[in-house]
Amino acid sequence: MEVKITTNTEILTTDGIPLRVSLKKTERKNKLRAFLLVFPLLLFILITFVVPIGDMLMRSVDDSHINTVFPKTFEEYEKWDGQDLPPEEVYRAIFDELATGEGIQVGKALTRMNYSKSGWKSLIKKTRRQIKKIVKSGELPVSYKDTLIEIHKGWGDPTFWIAMNQMINETTSIYYWNAMDRTFDIDGSVVKQNEERRIYVRTWWRTLEVSIYVTFFCLILGFPVAHLLANLPLRYSNLLMIFVLLPFWTSLLVRTTAWIVMLQQNGVINGILVWLGIINDDQRIQMVYNMTGTIIAMTQILLPFMILPLYSVMKVIPKSHMRAAQNLGAKPARAFYKVYLPQTIPGISAGGLLVFVLAIGYYITPALVGGKDGQLIGHWIAYHLKTTLNWGLCSALGSILLVLMLVLYWLYNKIVGIDNIKLG
Amino acid sequence: MALPSYTTSGQRLFYYFYLFFCGTVFFFLIAPLVAIIPISFSVSPFMIFTEGMLTFPPDPEAWSLRWYRYMVGICTDKSLTTPCGNKWMYATVNSFFVGLTSTFIATSLGTLAALGLSRPHMPYKGLIMSILISPMIVPLIITAAGMFFFYARFNLVYTFTGIIMAHVALATPFVVITVTATLVGFDTNMTKASQSLGAKPIRTFFKVIMPLILPGVISGALFAFITSFDEVVIVMFMASLDQLTIPKQMWAGIRQEISPVILCMATCLVVLSILLLSTVEILRRRAERLRGIKAR
Repeated sequence: MEVKITTNTEILTTDGIPLRVSLKKTERKNKLRAFLLVFPLLLFILITFVVPIGDMLMRSVDDSHINTVFPKTFEEYEKWDGQDLPPEEVYRAIFDELATGEGIQVGKALTRMNYSKSGWKSLIKKTRRQIKKIVKSGELPVSYKDTLIEIHKGWGDPTFWIAMNQMINETTSIYYWNAMDRTFDIDGSVVKQNEERRIYVRTWWRTLEVSIYVTFFCLILGFPVAHLLANLPLRYSNLLMIFVLLPFWTSLLVRTTAWIVMLQQNGVINGILVWLGIINDDQRIQMVYNMTGTIIAMTQILLPFMILPLYSVMKVIPKSHMRAAQNLGAKPARAFYKVYLPQTIPGISAGGLLVFVLAIGYYITPALVGGKDGQLIGHWIAYHLKTTLNWGLCSALGSILLVLMLVLYWLYNKIVGIDNIKLG
Repeated sequence: MALPSYTTSGQRLFYYFYLFFCGTVFFFLIAPLVAIIPISFSVSPFMIFTEGMLTFPPDPEAWSLRWYRYMVGICTDKSLTTPCGNKWMYATVNSFFVGLTSTFIATSLGTLAALGLSRPHMPYKGLIMSILISPMIVPLIITAAGMFFFYARFNLVYTFTGIIMAHVALATPFVVITVTATLVGFDTNMTKASQSLGAKPIRTFFKVIMPLILPGVISGALFAFITSFDEVVIVMFMASLDQLTIPKQMWAGIRQEISPVILCMATCLVVLSILLLSTVEILRRRAERLRGIKAR
């Protein structure tokens, strides 16, 4: 049976407003107040961080610049049926746009055109000089098509024109394909890059390989230490904790420099080995400026990120569990494997994932101690940002890395919860 | 963790191996930082232990402060071939300027936000929190690339403003996290009591809330400072020589002239990190002690 409670008169506050309305109003006010406190920082982060990252994502597919340089050419080009060579109008449009175009803008466009088909750059650069001369002389050509082909026979090569088709759209996926060692064939199908230009897939794999190695070594080294710290009396463990926290607080560059000092050929470690007579003076081992150096330095730098989560998990595992297991007849090894280890899984996964995620995005340490074969993907992002100025490819590499990180963090959040990140 | 008397000799052996292994790892963690300190006092222009440094009794000829003099810009040493100048001091001033300014802004914004986030009425808390701490999660090289492209549109690249904006964005997550953690144990009845006694919200904030959360705020500020002070990827791309900071100068130093002057600066930074670490530890223990009293 259903009991219905109905009141004809609503409960009122002393001001005569219904209580329900009044409560809602207060609630809204409280929400607004809380939000207003957060608002300045939220706005700041959105402007200085989130929008720039979004901008980078856009840039990785953006292909609009070239459309601003050759609008007329592209318009005429789209009328072409794709047979043979384009009609006279296309040649005329590109002639005009090359004659009037601003040097810097044309230059940027040429760089882009070269990504689709190499040869564009030199073709247009040579042509442009001749066009300038023709315009100066005031004698405009009768047939633009013939004139251009006369200037450079490349204009009679249909492959250049077919390749142009890739640039018509204002978005492109070419940078993503490049980031995976693929490129477009002139007819727009995806093909592998030439052998000597396949560098990114190898670097992606090496990034993963180094990250896995570093995570593995961090776990092997960090697990016993975290166990020791969690089981020692507080006054000893607090003291030993300094050994973990001090590197954590020290500048990354200091630690990287320190590793160069330790590992270089006449460095500390080689010196000790020679002094102990393990190796001869002329057999000094090359431990830095290669992948070994990267792995050693990154392991030491990321080790605290493994130890701290492990420690906080092990701290709360009661010591009586191991004793109980042994009391029931388990050998210490079995007790550890069956009772202790399963309870540390949250710590292992948290620390492991944290180290792995941090390692994947590392740039500074590999750049300084990695030499030639110890570079990770961050190296190429920086290289295209500062050296080749191929910002599209730079953004594409960054975007892939970002997505990879977000997936891993999503996983991390599922397993441990992002709020559980503790500092020191 | 003394061993009980019934342990077998095998277990005993394993236990000592375990202790030895842990000792090695601690050594691995700390040795590089310790090793650079004596080399910074070397006479030699290379970053190595010279023979004179290893003899006993110590050879006074092998030790000197010449690289420290070089670092602070005293160029009386005629035997040095590398160009000597006040670059390191200039970088230090810049680093402190950028670091302190970023810390101030980051701590103010971060503390306010943490106060808001800790209120029970905060809408979309999870989403906002993940946006606010995202600068800590995204790899620096991606952040640097994104910021470089975007800030270039507004001519903020190669300016102090741009670098400080970037550093504030990177540092605020640390402030938000530490202050939010402090506010977990915060008794909201305090603010209600203060307000019922007639204090305006601002007065309540400075007289009641602030003293209670101050340890968290200071820890957050120290994290923010060290984040900005040690940050190298952003300044590599967004700073010109006018905005030279210590990390940028160290980076250039490691790449070009490998000389012990880098180790002098490194030693100073290790000392600085010891100071900061001790402060944070003291604050943490104080907070723990206070919480312990409250629980009783």
